[in-house]
Order: sequence, then C-alpha cells, then structure tokens
Amino acid sequence: MGATKIVTDASFADDVLMSEKPVIVDFWAEWCGPCKMIAPILEEIAAENDAITVVKLNVDENPATAAAYGITSIPTMNVFKGGQIVKTIIGAKPKAALLADLNSIL
Amino acid sequence: MSEIRNVIIVGSGPAGYTAAVYAARAQLNPLVFEGSVTAGGALMNTTEVENFPGFVDGIMGPALMENMRGQAARFGAELITDDVTSMDLSGEIKTVVDGAGNTHQAKAIILAMGSGYRELGLENEKRLSGHGVSWCATCDGFFFRDQDIAVVGGGDSALEEATFLTRFAKSVTLIHRRDSLRASKIMQERALSNQKMKFAWNSEVVDVLGDAKLSGVILKDTVTGQTRELPITGLFIAIGHDPRSELIVGQVDLDAENYVRVNAPSTQTNLPGVFACGDLVDHTYRQAITAAGTGCAAALDAERFLAAAE
Repeated sequence: MGATKIVTDASFADDVLMSEKPVIVDFWAEWCGPCKMIAPILEEIAAENDAITVVKLNVDENPATAAAYGITSIPTMNVFKGGQIVKTIIGAKPKAALLADLNSIL
Repeated sequence: MSEIRNVIIVGSGPAGYTAAVYAARAQLNPLVFEGSVTAGGALMNTTEVENFPGFVDGIMGPALMENMRGQAARFGAELITDDVTSMDLSGEIKTVVDGAGNTHQAKAIILAMGSGYRELGLENEKRLSGHGVSWCATCDGFFFRDQDIAVVGGGDSALEEATFLTRFAKSVTLIHRRDSLRASKIMQERALSNQKMKFAWNSEVVDVLGDAKLSGVILKDTVTGQTRELPITGLFIAIGHDPRSELIVGQVDLDAENYVRVNAPSTQTNLPGVFACGDLVDHTYRQAITAAGTGCAAALDAERFLAAAE
C-alpha cells in the first residue's frame, strides 16, 4: 500500500526483478501527454492495492532498461512477477479498463 | 442523485473548454467531464500549434489546452477528470453516468467528445501496436533514433508528425494513397524540403510485418496494383480520425459516418436541449479554432435554450 516509487537503471534489479510482490513498472517520459494522464490513476491503484508495488521508470533518464525490454511506445506498463514479465499493457486507459487488465494480479 | 444542473459538457478539447468558458461566464455553472485519459483532447499529443490566432510565435498543443482549461476554471466551470460511461438524453432532464458510477443530471447537454485515431484495420497492426506501430509521434519518436521509419497519411497531422520525427529518425518515409497531399502548403513545403523525408506516393499499407517487433510493411501501388516491401522499424499511423459518438448511438441523429447531425449554423441536435460541437460534428475543417468556434456557439445555444425554457 502507498505511493508509487521511482526506479532507475541502477535499482531495477533490486526493486523490480528481486521484489517479492508483483511490480507494475510504468515506463514514461516528461514529453508524453498520455503518460501524464495515466499518472494519477496509477497513484490511485498503488494506494488502493496491497498486493502489488507500482513503480515509475523515466525512459529518458534510464534508456538501458527501456531498451532491454524493447519499449517503443509509452506509456507501457509491464507487470513483473518473480523477475518475469507476466503482463504488458500499452497505452493510456481509463482506470476501470486498467483494473480489468490487472484483474489476475491484484 | 445530485442536483439538476443547467448544463453538462462532455469532452475537453478546444470545443469543450470553449463551451465551458462561455457557459461559466453566462453563470450557468457548467459541469465538464474532461475524460480520464483523454483530457485536453487531440492537441495533447501534438507539438507546436502555429495557426491558433493570438499566439504570434505559436504555442505547444498541451500548453494551449492547459490555458483553455485554466480559463474555464477561472470563471467557475467545474472540471471532472473522468469519463462518461453512459448518457440518457431523451427526457427534459438528461442524465449522465461517470466512470466512478455517479449519476449527474442537467437540463442541457453539450456533446464535445471529439474524435479518435483511425486504424488501418490490419490484423498485424494491432499485434505490433506498441512494438513499432505507434499513434503518437511526440510520445514515441524518441525510441526510433537513427532508424528508418514511416508515417502513413497525407494531411496536416501526418506531415507534422513526419517532420517532427525527422529530429530522431535516420529517414522518414511518408506513405500516401494519392500522388498529392491534402496538407496545407506550408506543411508540404517544409516536408518536401526536408532532407530526411522520403515519399511513397500512390501507396497503401496492406500488411504490417514482424514477429516480436515491426520489421517492415507491404505497400500496394494504388495505380498498378503491384506490391513491394518497405523495411522499417517504426510505423506512425496518421490517417485521420473517427467521431467518438459511440455513447450516443441510437439517441442522437448521426450521419452515415457517425458524425452528429446538427441544424447548422446552430449546434442543435435532433433532441431538445442537446447541442454538439467540435470534431464530433465536423467532417470538413477539423481545426482547433473551428472546434473552439462551434464550442462557443454550443454554449450560446444552450444559454438561449435554458432562458426560453424558464
């Protein structure tokens, strides 16, 4: 439960891949309008759900991780469980649609 | 159930916010549903807007929308960053249900839902969406540094995207069905003189290629019918928009292409107290300023309707 957390290329392995809880990684950038739209929705999801951690990775400042996961469109939200991607959501969506996509994880 | 408002505005592009400015100044206390992820409308995904009057040096699309929003708020428009999930527009009192499940009521409704990106309609386009296929140059251009990419379309939006993408890409091929462009002359000249731009005229995208990510497209010559492969790693689709009228199908008169029919030059729909403006109505002009203009008209029409009903 709580707020979203910032992760970087340096902290990605510890904060995401080694995490005991499933982690939603929001790949975003300052210049991306839809990323800004979805940010408050992800804050709500973080605050309302104990079962997961929500983290944000700025692709501009952390290009290595974005490249490693082949990100070519933002926002992309990858869900990691035990170091593996179990779900990929691409593009901004209303909260209800996001929750439906995350149904099996939350 | 909440109080009965004077007017609810659904949508928040130039049409919705302008309607909100006018309705708020008319002291109609408007409630505006901006959309949860679409607030600000299509201009939120653009860069420089050079043709909106009043900005000598141009203005960034998102900044323009932030200004319009602030102006509406300053006069007391109530702005809700949520979607409308259903509407009942038939009776004297209209009801609107929002994404949180709350029902709102009003005597008049202004429809300003705008339009959504049109897709090519190819199966592989969906599959590779986010893996090389994109609808937002400003969001995704960054990922295609020093790569060969393409933009599909021939209008101002396509040329603006293509020109923007040359900042990142090695080359940008504009794929267009005809041998001439619809875009404004200034945009055409800028694109045609750009060293990084290439043009695939009379070409239609008939397939999108790639396993995990995009590797190319199949182009069909619209004159000869011959097909060829264009190897690219990024494809930006800018072939136009379709009106976002799905919530009101069966209630409000739509034309064959699902645009809302209005009694032009007014913004009156077939239902009393229901007005429509912006790209939801406009086949022809589709500019920020024309949307703002019809948004203003819709607020004035709603104001007159409410005054007459009293």
